[in-house]
Amino acid sequence: MVKFEYSSLTNERGSIVIHARGLARSFPTRAGRDKTEVRAVAGVDLDVEAGEIVGFLGPNGAGKTTTLRMLTTLLTPTSGTATVAGYDVASQPGLVRQSIGYVSQSGSTQPEARAGEEVVDHGQLYGIPKAQATARGQELFAQLELDGMWKRAPKAMSGGQRRRLDIAMGLVHDPQLVFLDEPTTGLDPQARANLWSHISQLRNGRGMTVFLTTHYLDEADALCDRVLVIDRGTIVAADTPDALKRQVAGDLVELVVGDRAQVVPAATALSALVPGESAHVDGTTVSLRVPGAGSHLAGLVRELDDAGVALVSVDVRRPTLDDVFLTLTGRSLREDAA
Amino acid sequence: MTTTAPTAPAAPATVLPSAPSFLRATGIVFRRQLRIALRNPAWVIIGLVQPVLYLVLFGPLLQPLSASFGVENAYTIFVPGLLVQLGIFGALFAGFGLVAEWRAGVIEAERVTPASRTALLFGRILRDVLQLFAQGLVLIGLGWAFGLRASLGGMLFGLLLTLLLGASCAAASNTLGLITKSEDVLAPVVNSIALPVLLLSGILLPLSLGPTWLQVVGDVMPTKHIVDAIRGAFTGGWGIETLWGSIWSVVIFVILMWVGTRTFRKENA
Repeated sequence: MVKFEYSSLTNERGSIVIHARGLARSFPTRAGRDKTEVRAVAGVDLDVEAGEIVGFLGPNGAGKTTTLRMLTTLLTPTSGTATVAGYDVASQPGLVRQSIGYVSQSGSTQPEARAGEEVVDHGQLYGIPKAQATARGQELFAQLELDGMWKRAPKAMSGGQRRRLDIAMGLVHDPQLVFLDEPTTGLDPQARANLWSHISQLRNGRGMTVFLTTHYLDEADALCDRVLVIDRGTIVAADTPDALKRQVAGDLVELVVGDRAQVVPAATALSALVPGESAHVDGTTVSLRVPGAGSHLAGLVRELDDAGVALVSVDVRRPTLDDVFLTLTGRSLREDAA
Repeated sequence: MTTTAPTAPAAPATVLPSAPSFLRATGIVFRRQLRIALRNPAWVIIGLVQPVLYLVLFGPLLQPLSASFGVENAYTIFVPGLLVQLGIFGALFAGFGLVAEWRAGVIEAERVTPASRTALLFGRILRDVLQLFAQGLVLIGLGWAFGLRASLGGMLFGLLLTLLLGASCAAASNTLGLITKSEDVLAPVVNSIALPVLLLSGILLPLSLGPTWLQVVGDVMPTKHIVDAIRGAFTGGWGIETLWGSIWSVVIFVILMWVGTRTFRKENA
């Protein structure tokens, strides 16, 4: 029997802070005259350990936000169970709310209000005395590079600053577990990279557990220890980004040859690297997925040179999370997100 | 998936900060709402301009009719009607603010705190009631300058019924805002309620001036009895209408507050 200990200062790695089994949610909807149900989330099982940054990756409409809203007590599950920070979301919603931070996609502050006052009021709604909420808010403003913004109205802030203000709102009561819904949507690349470093800092500096949703592959890749891939309401894969990419059989090797006569010897040489597979030919381009392509490349180039094949270019591409998504679902996440 | 045993974790040993009491949470929400309203007082002023215009531009037309109302000065009859108008119209628009807050994510951010969800509604209604109280005082003060005369007790009682009605309308409007989350739904609903209420409650002119059929239709409107009760309090004519108006005010208040509380407490609102 494993005994789980939970400390407010240092989350011990290994203890489970989010535990869901068969979590599902349907919404009633009308199709013409018939009332039907749409299964937004169709039975999700997940476990998140203390101190992890876990990314919930999937296209828009896959059920990410619905799952997040169930875990944060904003939506009642139709079926299934979930324990968050040790409390049951259905029977102990108040205790769950006290234990977690939540940063929604749509923001959290009134555009005309003052940033600092919003943060202090929010802290007080968590039962924190005003002085303590003020001190904590100012500390968060300093950490999140919002110095001098205390009296600024959110509407006068940049998109990146507003997102960081939302994060300060979600952290004012010092939760050990924080949920971020699409934290960098709508931000420019610089602001996104900046926010990523702040999110990493939450875990590295404060030992927090971060659960975030995203439909950006690079975000999941750069930020998350573990990625849960969700598609059409179910989790289709869950692992570290590297392990997920290893599931895709190898790196993509792409050779471009000078003329069509050289396509056949090039394809033969490339196919020889992977027993049982044959290279894909498109015009003068020959390609194949080769596990551990790096170690074969030098030999391949030498062999082709000896055979008199003149290479125009050689390209090796590591699998991306998009390749993972494509392999798992048969669809590209990029097309979906566009 | 993790390799750890997939059993539900035990409840944490950590001591959490205790959730604020209902009154405390209501106070925090009220203070925040008031601060935001005062920082942008345009809406408070716009809400007051309309009844003041009625008072200044329509009131003089009623003066020659004072005798048929049985009062020395028509403003003693007119101001109570304007109070009810202010209470209904001003408060019915509260829902628009709530929809804007919903869009900014404020409501959801508040709903994920441990604070009582009923407090989220009550704090907002308190702001509307305070705003109505201030506007009512201005209206009565202006009316007094125009010649309104009534007992202090009568005016306070009239103001109290107005505040009850205003609280009810604010609850209804906030509830509707939370359910629909759309100005496009809210606007026609508010307008289609407000116009018949305005015309059939005798707000501008007492319905007793009109034909019998209009009086019968007006009797169906609870707000007509509230207007009559406030008029009675102002003119010193306490009677059965005072009772009916008070009962209706309380009944409407209880029903709409109950519906509002239920809506705000619902998990999926």
